[in-house]
Amino acid sequence: MAISKEDVRYIANLARIGLSESEIEHFQKQLEGIFEYIDQLKKLDVSAIMPAAHVLDIKNVTRPDIVKSSLDPKLVMDSAPAKQGQFFKVPKVIEG
Amino acid sequence: MEYEPVIGLEVHVQLNTATKAFCGCANVFGVRENTNICPVCLGLPGALPVLNALVLKSAVKVALAFNCSIRDYIKFDRKNYFYPDLPKNFQISQFDKPLSERGFLDIENNGIKKRVGITRVHMEEDAGKLIHSESEPFSYVDYNRAGTPLLEIVSEPELFSPEEAYAYLTDLKMILRYLDVSDCDMEKGSLRCDANISLKPKGEKKLGVKTELKNMNSFKAVKAGLSFEIRRQTECLEGGEKIVQETRLWDEKKEQTFSMRSKEEAHDYRYFPEPDLPPFSFAQKEIEEIRASLPELPQARLKRFMDSFGFLEKEASVLISDKDLADFFEACLKVLPLHKKIANWLIGPISAELNNRNVSICALGLTSERLVRLISLVENGTVSNLVAKDVLFQMLETSKDPDVIISEKNLSQVSDTDELKKMIEEVVAANKKSVDDYLAGKENALMYLVGQVMRLSQGKANPKMLRDLIAARLKQ
Ligand SMILES: [Zn+2]
Repeated sequence: MAISKEDVRYIANLARIGLSESEIEHFQKQLEGIFEYIDQLKKLDVSAIMPAAHVLDIKNVTRPDIVKSSLDPKLVMDSAPAKQGQFFKVPKVIEG
Repeated sequence: MEYEPVIGLEVHVQLNTATKAFCGCANVFGVRENTNICPVCLGLPGALPVLNALVLKSAVKVALAFNCSIRDYIKFDRKNYFYPDLPKNFQISQFDKPLSERGFLDIENNGIKKRVGITRVHMEEDAGKLIHSESEPFSYVDYNRAGTPLLEIVSEPELFSPEEAYAYLTDLKMILRYLDVSDCDMEKGSLRCDANISLKPKGEKKLGVKTELKNMNSFKAVKAGLSFEIRRQTECLEGGEKIVQETRLWDEKKEQTFSMRSKEEAHDYRYFPEPDLPPFSFAQKEIEEIRASLPELPQARLKRFMDSFGFLEKEASVLISDKDLADFFEACLKVLPLHKKIANWLIGPISAELNNRNVSICALGLTSERLVRLISLVENGTVSNLVAKDVLFQMLETSKDPDVIISEKNLSQVSDTDELKKMIEEVVAANKKSVDDYLAGKENALMYLVGQVMRLSQGKANPKMLRDLIAARLKQ
């Protein structure tokens, strides 16, 4: 599977990463290598292997519905890059 | 050409658990901004989400109530997108192995019953809340809501009119209220609905291009938004235009939908398994235990009310439409076994008052004890039905016992023969013509005279005694 420069730009945009032309070429080659490897994996016979969505052999981990104390908002807001009162402040986004 | 609409609905409902979905922060509405936040719901590095056991249980309840089958292997996924109300830049949701699938909901619209498919019920978390400044180039973020447990309930595209969509939503909400998993308050946003709608030529199997409607803040708005969209799409198609697949926002004031042009960039959410949450699965026994713990649901209650009390479907439907009202009815019935009388009060004046005030019976300030007492007072002849209605309204206004109101306002029924006779003489003297009419064989005249005495007594005359006494007096 070949990765085009367009694919790299698209993926970078989804991840909100700005890339220069030379970086695009750089990552195009790297991603191609990754996809080639996946193509190799696809050739393996995995019919006898159970699909897994989680690396650890655990399941059904829950916690009881009991309230714990939250963080002190003052401490949180002190770490915020921009705030207005007790709100986080961000560049205006139109509801979308 | 005639077109048929095809509608599918996506409902999000917030669960009323004490804590959020994946952390111990309180799950409450209406507190000061950014007070219920922690490393997990803020998405701070290294924080580990752990699923709230009650969220899982409530979700299974809802899935079972909508006749869905619970998957053997349940997992969570990350839905990735950037928006400031989403602190982690992904939402924990469920993609290809959701909690449950393939259910249905039986609805009734205009007397026609119909089964609507439920595609899936899955768990996810809510985002935070944004406030956009009017004057400045800023938005303000409150993360109290971030991480609130949500269920997404998706219907098949099997609704064919705005009215059917409305009926579906009403019945869906009723079941959620019976399950007591959410307050389903659309004004607070604890129940939200998006709609997909497309048109196709009548009789055609293939679906047309759909639009997605958002921003409808009530079931009525959903109905209105869909009706508008049917008109708009019909006009487009008749004008030879193509429908554009897009998201449109309902504008309540302008009563129109508008294209939401922003964020048109591909909905490429790059779902992948949430590595911080393990998978979940249930033993059949556990599912059956939860199924057995489900309360009696509206349909079953409707049937029981019809079977055991002989109510018409119309009457029983009003009683069961609100769980609190049906509970109230049964509470009354425990004290006073007059199901028909109690139902008449609840379906008649009390339902009217609930509609007027737009509240549930719990907020009306009426206890079952007081209503039962009032009905008993009608039964033993202390007050007439007519006066009792008046007493009811005063009970609601003043929160006083019916006995107190009746004695304070001197509303007891007049059953004293002499007192009634005195009033009859007065009316007979003033209505010579009606008396003559009656004697000439016009039965209606009697009712008129009864009405006149009733008026004179300010509704307090015992109607049965009154009739007999007037008839006897006129035959003299
Ligand atoms: Zn939290």
